[in-house]
Amino acid sequence: MLRFWLVKLLRATVTLWLVVTSVFIVLRTSGDPVQSLLPPDATIEEIEQFREAWGLDRPLTEQYAKYVVNMATGDFGKSYRDGRQVTTIIAERVPWTLFLGLTAYAVAVLLGVPLGILAAIRRNTFVDRLIMSFAVFGFALPNFFFGILLILLFSLNLRMLPSSGTGTWMHVIMPAATLGLTTAGALARFTRSAMLDVLGKVYIRAAAAKGVSFAGRILRHALPNAAIPVVTVMGLNLGALLGGAIVVETVFAWPGVGRLLVSSVSSRDLAVVQALVLMIAATMVVANLTVDLLYGVLDPRIRVASKD
Amino acid sequence: MRRPPLTVLIALIFLAFVIAIAIVGNVFSPYAHTDQNLLARLKPPSFLGGDPRYLLGTDRLGRDMVARLVFGLRMSVMVAIMGTVLGALFGIMLGFVAAHFRGWVEETIMAVVDFQASLPFILIALTLLAFFGNSLTLFIILMGLHGWENYARLTRGVVLSAISQPYAQAVRALGASPLRLYSRHILPNVASALIVQLTLNFPQIVLLETALSFLGLGIQPPSTSLGQILGDGRDYLSNAWWIAVWPGTIIFLTTLSMSIVGDALRDYLDPTLKRQRT
Repeated sequence: MLRFWLVKLLRATVTLWLVVTSVFIVLRTSGDPVQSLLPPDATIEEIEQFREAWGLDRPLTEQYAKYVVNMATGDFGKSYRDGRQVTTIIAERVPWTLFLGLTAYAVAVLLGVPLGILAAIRRNTFVDRLIMSFAVFGFALPNFFFGILLILLFSLNLRMLPSSGTGTWMHVIMPAATLGLTTAGALARFTRSAMLDVLGKVYIRAAAAKGVSFAGRILRHALPNAAIPVVTVMGLNLGALLGGAIVVETVFAWPGVGRLLVSSVSSRDLAVVQALVLMIAATMVVANLTVDLLYGVLDPRIRVASKD
Repeated sequence: MRRPPLTVLIALIFLAFVIAIAIVGNVFSPYAHTDQNLLARLKPPSFLGGDPRYLLGTDRLGRDMVARLVFGLRMSVMVAIMGTVLGALFGIMLGFVAAHFRGWVEETIMAVVDFQASLPFILIALTLLAFFGNSLTLFIILMGLHGWENYARLTRGVVLSAISQPYAQAVRALGASPLRLYSRHILPNVASALIVQLTLNFPQIVLLETALSFLGLGIQPPSTSLGQILGDGRDYLSNAWWIAVWPGTIIFLTTLSMSIVGDALRDYLDPTLKRQRT
């Protein structure tokens, strides 16, 4: 078990290191970091200080080492737009994205998993086809267009919901629905196929033969076994959700990390972009690691296999 | 061969229609996508009581929506096709390289594959756009970078299993060079799996392009793409919904059709994949 965790942990660390290294390479190949990261009206002292802090007068290997240390200790420098610490700016935005993301995730799971189970139980019926069409639609409908359709319908036509910004709990409904519904489709599709795999197994028939009720078979016997691939996909979907948040936050003018990233890319506020990329990547790596570890808990076979 | 289901037929017809419009659609509009008519700004579609000269209405500068949509569609389709081809070539090549050399070459390529697969691609795209600035060349390369890892992984896997097959060993025993073995004998055998991957990848690239252009970070004016028109229309939802709704609908129907055709093609070409991938 320990070995299993250590291997996973090592792999996560390597991925993180790769991310930091790629950003370093991109930063260096795209031009002079002084020009990229400092405002054009920076004073000579500021430039000197910056060169000192990032070790720009040293050999490249030393610069790299310094860079890794700076990134690891959370020293991302200042935003070029308003001169504040990058960490402060990001810290203001994180709660909003967390709030939106968790709400959307709840929508996706509470809708996607039951729908997937329902589709699997009612396989090849009208209900199944309806749910699966919904899933395909969710995949093909771009979230930015879905968001706009929601705004047209609920804000402009029915005048029920606010179209952008924050303030009341009503503001979160449309962004969360946009993000959540598109993810719910993929989740429903996966839950269905995982359930179908499990429902065909002999132990389900055995459970039926010994008199376990239908609900008992689904909930106690099938679902725990189908949970493994579903949890993986939920973990993978976190990436899609974060990617989606970048777009959806912009559509609804939601003051989160995604919108900050887009506006920083437009204005080429590279210190902020760099910090955000590393932060989002780190989140993804931690999420993948959690999924891997959860795996071991959900499926004892994986733990055993990793010992060999 | 079984007759394809109705939905697949409709999807195919729609795709053919979209491609035809992308190629020759400009004959339907006497205007260029940049022609402005400031006296006819934000006119609704002609069938909804707008100006009879503008079938689908006009935008904030009085530009004909038909002309803009045709041009935007052409740009979106072109970028997506170039991106898909680029990504497929790049990925397939690296897949072959990984399978041929094994050892550290393979390890390195697969590490990069895992690395890219672990991040949402839009993040990588935004980073590169931020640091290198926007240009059409970089943008198309970005489209190519999206999804190459799937081809590489697929090709490597299939080549590794094909290489031990009797036919591959026979060709090798006859003295064929590795290049000939891969291109003439193994590639045709993995083609169907790669085509399936292609159809899955294409709609994703369309969505990526439209999303980035929607955010104002993709195709730049005066050129335009479906996503960019949609992004433009976002600011005029309250008085000119058509600017956003037309391009959005075209994007949606195109990616939907591609997915339907891709799914059908997958089931048809590779029945063994059917169970694994659902």
